[in-house]
Formats: sequence, C-alpha cells, structure tokens
Amino acid sequence: MKRRITALLMIISLTVSLPITLASCRKKAENEIYFLNFKPEIADKYKDIAKVYEEETGVRVKISTAAANSYEQTLKSEIAKKKAPTIFQINGPVGYESWKNYCEDLRDTKLYSILSDKNLAITSGDGVYGIPYVIEGYGIICNTAKFDEYFALADRQKIINSFSEINTFAALETVVADMTAHISELSIDGVFASTSLSGGEDWRWQTHLANVPFYLEVTENNYNVGTTVSEITFEHNGVMKKMFDLYLNNSVTDRALLGSKSVADSMAEFALGQCAMVQNGNWAWAQIKGVSGNTVNEEDIRFLPLYTGTELDDTMGLCVGTENYICINKNASDEQKKMADDFLYWLFSSETGKKFVTEELEFLTPFSTFSDREIPGDPLALEVNRWINDPRSESIPWSFVAFPGTSFKTDFGGALLKYAQGTADWDNVVNTVKTRWKEEASKGKK
Amino acid sequence: MYKRLGRYFPIFMMPILTAFIIAFAVPFLMGLYLSFCDFTTVTDARLTGLSNYKEAFGDDFTHALWYTALFSAASVITVNLFAFVLALLLTKGLKGTNIFRTVFFMPNLIGGIVLGYIWQIIINGILRYRGVDITYSEAYGFFGLLVLTNWQLIGYMMIIYVAGLQNIPNELREAAAIDGASRSMELRHITIPLIMPSITVCTFLTLTNTFKLFDQNLALTAGAPDRLSSLLALDIYNTFYASVGSEGVGQAKAVIFTVILAFIALLQLHVTARRERGNE
Repeated sequence: MKRRITALLMIISLTVSLPITLASCRKKAENEIYFLNFKPEIADKYKDIAKVYEEETGVRVKISTAAANSYEQTLKSEIAKKKAPTIFQINGPVGYESWKNYCEDLRDTKLYSILSDKNLAITSGDGVYGIPYVIEGYGIICNTAKFDEYFALADRQKIINSFSEINTFAALETVVADMTAHISELSIDGVFASTSLSGGEDWRWQTHLANVPFYLEVTENNYNVGTTVSEITFEHNGVMKKMFDLYLNNSVTDRALLGSKSVADSMAEFALGQCAMVQNGNWAWAQIKGVSGNTVNEEDIRFLPLYTGTELDDTMGLCVGTENYICINKNASDEQKKMADDFLYWLFSSETGKKFVTEELEFLTPFSTFSDREIPGDPLALEVNRWINDPRSESIPWSFVAFPGTSFKTDFGGALLKYAQGTADWDNVVNTVKTRWKEEASKGKK
Repeated sequence: MYKRLGRYFPIFMMPILTAFIIAFAVPFLMGLYLSFCDFTTVTDARLTGLSNYKEAFGDDFTHALWYTALFSAASVITVNLFAFVLALLLTKGLKGTNIFRTVFFMPNLIGGIVLGYIWQIIINGILRYRGVDITYSEAYGFFGLLVLTNWQLIGYMMIIYVAGLQNIPNELREAAAIDGASRSMELRHITIPLIMPSITVCTFLTLTNTFKLFDQNLALTAGAPDRLSSLLALDIYNTFYASVGSEGVGQAKAVIFTVILAFIALLQLHVTARRERGNE
C-alpha cells in the first residue's frame, strides 16, 4: 500500500512539474524584442544600450551575440525557435538570397526614412529588405613614423621624397622596394605585415583585395551587384596580382610560411612596429590598440588606397561600404515589428542613442540624423572620414558583397595560399575564381 | 512478479524513453526527412526528393571519404598498438607506474580545439626547417592528424587495456610458465585471448572517434590546402554552412556518413564479438 502511494505521488509530481517547467520557459510579456548581434567585440556595449532603452521606454531588448565567424550558424538555429530574433542582420545580396523568406519589407519604416543614400539598402522589386547601419572603409594602414625614418635615410633612392607623394601604384612600389632594401636601418622585419592565409583568416585578400579587380569588371560590364551575378571573367586579376605580389615579396614572413598566420598576427606585427604597413579596415583600430607593447602613435596612422596601377589611381579613394544590413523578422508579430523599428530609430536618431553609436559602438553611420561632427574619434575612422570627404578622391564601393558565399571565398583563399607557397601558379587562382563562382552562383539561384 | 514490475514500467522507463526520444529519435528522423528537402532553417523545409543525394557525391565528398577511411585505419592500428604496449609495460610493476599512467592519460583531458592549435605550433615549428608549414600538403595534414589523435587517444585506450590485463588471473600465467611457455607464447595464447573484450571496446572507440573527428581537424589544418585535408565531418560542416542553399546537401552527406559509420561499427562489433566467443 505504502509503495503504491509512493508510486502515485511520483506520477503526480512528474505530471504536474512538466507543464510548470514548460510554462516557466514561456515569457510573460510581449513587451520584448530580440536582437541577434553580429559583432562580438561590442556585445557588452549593446547590453548597456538595451538597459538605457528599457529605462526610457519600458521595452526590453534582449541582446544575444553570435561568436566570431558563426553568425550564420547561430541565426539558423535561433530563427527556427518560437522566440526568434526580431532584428537580425545579413551581409548583402547573397545573404538576402538565403534569408529572403524571413526579411520584412522595411520600405515604410522610420529607419529607412533616415537612410541618407537609399541606394545603399538591399532591395528586391519595390521592397526594401536590408538597411545598412555602419559604414566602414579599408585600404593600407600606414605607420608614418616608419616612413619618416625612411625619408630621413641618407642612402635611400631619391625618387619619392615624402609620404604625400605616394599616390600611385608605381610610387608605392618604388618606396616599398627601397624600404625593403633598408629594413635593418628602419628596424622592421618587412615592409608589410604577414599576408595571413590560414583558414578563415584570408578574407583580407579573397574578399577585400579582390574587390578592386571585381569593381573594375562590374563598372565596365554594368553588373547589378544587388543580385546574383552568374558568371565573371575576372579579367582585371592582374591588378590584384600586382598588389598581392608586393605584399608577399616585402613581408615580415617568408611566403611559404603564411598558411598559419592569422589576422591577429598581422595586426600585432603592425602594432609592435615590426612593419610599416598592413592592409585592413577601420574596425582594426581596437585590435591595434589592444596589443600590449603597442608602439604605434595615434597621430602616425594614415590610410592609403589599394592602388591599381591604372588611370583609376588619380582619383582612387578607400574601399568604402558595408557588409552589415539590418533586417526585421517577417514572422514576428506586428507589435514586435513596430517595437523593433522604434528601437532602431531611437538608437540612430535620439541624442542618447547617437551618443552611444559614436562613442561606444564607434560606428560611422549612413544615416542623415548624424552631423559631420558626430563621428567616432579613433584615428582610422577619422582617416576613413577624411578620405570620404576628400573632393579629389572617389571611394570604391564594396562590390564583393556579390561574391557567391563562403565556400567560394574559401576556395579562392586556398588557391591564393597555394600560389604563395609556390605549389600552384596564378592561373590556378584565376581558374578557381571563375569556375567556383559559376558553381556557387548557380546554387544560390535554385 | 513480472506483473508487478509491469505496472511500474512507466516510472522506470518513461524518463529514459523521453530523453531518448527527445535527444535521439526525433532529431534523427527529422534529419533523415530534411536530407530530402531544400531548407534554410529546420522548421521551414520543402521536399525535393533525391536531388540532395545526387549532389552530395561530389569530388570533395569522395576525397574526404577516402581520406577519412585511410586516416581511421591508420589510427586504429597505431593507437591500439601503442596503447597495448604501454599497458603491458605499465602492468609489470615498474617503479612510478601510477605517475606514468596519469601522465599518459592527461592528454585526453585537453579539448580538441586546444590540442589542434598546440600541435599546429609544434608541427609548424618542425616543418619550418623545410621552409614550409602544415598547410603545404595534405600529407603533412594527414601525418599531423595521426600524431595528434595518437597522442590524445593512447592514454585512454591504455587505461582500458590495463584494466583488462589486471583481470587476467595470475594462476594462468604461472601454469603457462611451468608448462614451459615462452614470453611471446604467453602473450599470444594467454594474454591476447583473455583481453579480447578490451580489444573490442578499444577498436570500436578508436574507430568511431577517428571517423567522427572534427574539432582537431578544424584547429589543425581547417582543410588546407584546398580542402584536401578535410575529414568527413568537416566537409559536411562546410557544405551545410558555407555554401548558399546547400543545407540539404550537407544533411544528405550527414545521413550517408551515419549509415557508413553504423555499418562499419556493427561489422567490427560482429567480428570481434565472434572472436571473444570463440575463446570461451
């Protein structure tokens, strides 16, 4: 009898506890939105913003951040949940291709109304599906202290005589070659930081550097980079090869050993003064500053564009664009969609929000609500801003957003690695790009 | 008696059955279904039939399959051989046996990603003398993975062998010695037949562990050069996440992977189990 009672009690406790646990998982309030953040380096700052916003409006913004390089994975599992992200982000037209069933039309949102250049948004037909929220620029980051040392050398070639004269590829090449001849006097190990080519660390070349030849092809052939480009000729690959060779042959690291170098290695080399230049974007400032024993002064930081050796060099600016587009989940409730728009509008237009954006998140934004003075104060962002506003130069847009997926980029990087190691020639790179582009672009179209 | 027990069936079986259904049966069946679909997220799938399977057998997958098979075969042999020899040495009552057992077991406690990066540094340090690094050739990657796996698994397998060896009654050895059996005869006719259960367990564990190897592969070579050092698990992962619209293909590969692995494991269990019985 006693045993039977125990059994009965157990069954009862099991059956009762199940719905209670399930119910406690469910959130009571609908007064909450969920933002899946892409940038791990500023995850904590978003949490501060959410706290302030909740105090001001009573709307809770749940911030969750995907670990570096795993946004797609995280989004795939999060969006399948019942409590899916209300705000998420995609990386461009290719990202839109995968997520189009989840992107709400943002044409009537307040956020879209403050976007200064409507062409920047991701559109399909009349609909607007992704709104960029940060403008970034990249080029060659230079430590002018090393250049000053070089120009002070007595036995240097007297062809280029100041940093400001480096305004074409030929000028850059001349200076680099002569600097390499004097590395011991300049106390550097190489003119350029290591060309990081290990897996997942090669995006500075297979995406960023490759943007230049691809941009030339896009403008000549009028490709629409807002859609999938099914095939490319890669005819301007020579532009890329020239610059890539310059990096490889004047590097801190021997070209056969680049397969295990990471971006962090390169940035550390630059920060420690082991080299004079490194190709990267303004987001790298935190990384440079964070290296202990950093010897680079803020005032010595300059950007140079990725010169091509063509007539484009006369007006060449930095590569400026974005890979970060905000989307609102189509499957969220109408109130949630509205709350999401309210939050984003608040962040990018209210005084409190804007202060967070420029001082904490350190974004250069594409929104009309920000004045010229409301920009982040780090030297790379200031440089990007200076180049954008320089009337003599024209920024190169980020055409690489049309690159068909990570798989293509990985193989492109693999071919570049083989080229660096000397196990395959440049033709292999060109062929890989052409064939893999075609294959991957056809997959996205299904 | 049985009737009484039958009444308690739900209480005893429900928890484990629920766990099994939630954590294994449902995901597995869902995975099977998804391998026939075109999908981005698992809740939103469209049936496409067999096209995923057709696409799955590309060059990458077949290469990864052979690479993995070769790697598994090599590791099963080396890991078990070294583990067994170490276990023999460490059951001889040598001084410091416990310290050595602990030392050999330690690598097993380090996570795969960390191990991968540590070995990458070591191997690159050595290959530097040849002016290259581990990404230079798939053979280096293969060798690196083999060394890493051995280093990680030997200690664990050794413990299982040690337990097996300690279970052999001393009387048998003494009797064999009195009958004039040499060391090697004792090993062949007494030790090995009696530790067959340990061999079954160890080969099974090494086989499945090496076949499924993922994090070590990711950290050590990440497939370089040109995906040629990708094992199956990494190839599946890359298909699923890196290629737009290829989630279904990745899923199909995963199903094929499961079938192959289950087949090999069952075959191996069958063979070793027969040898175990044969000795009784």
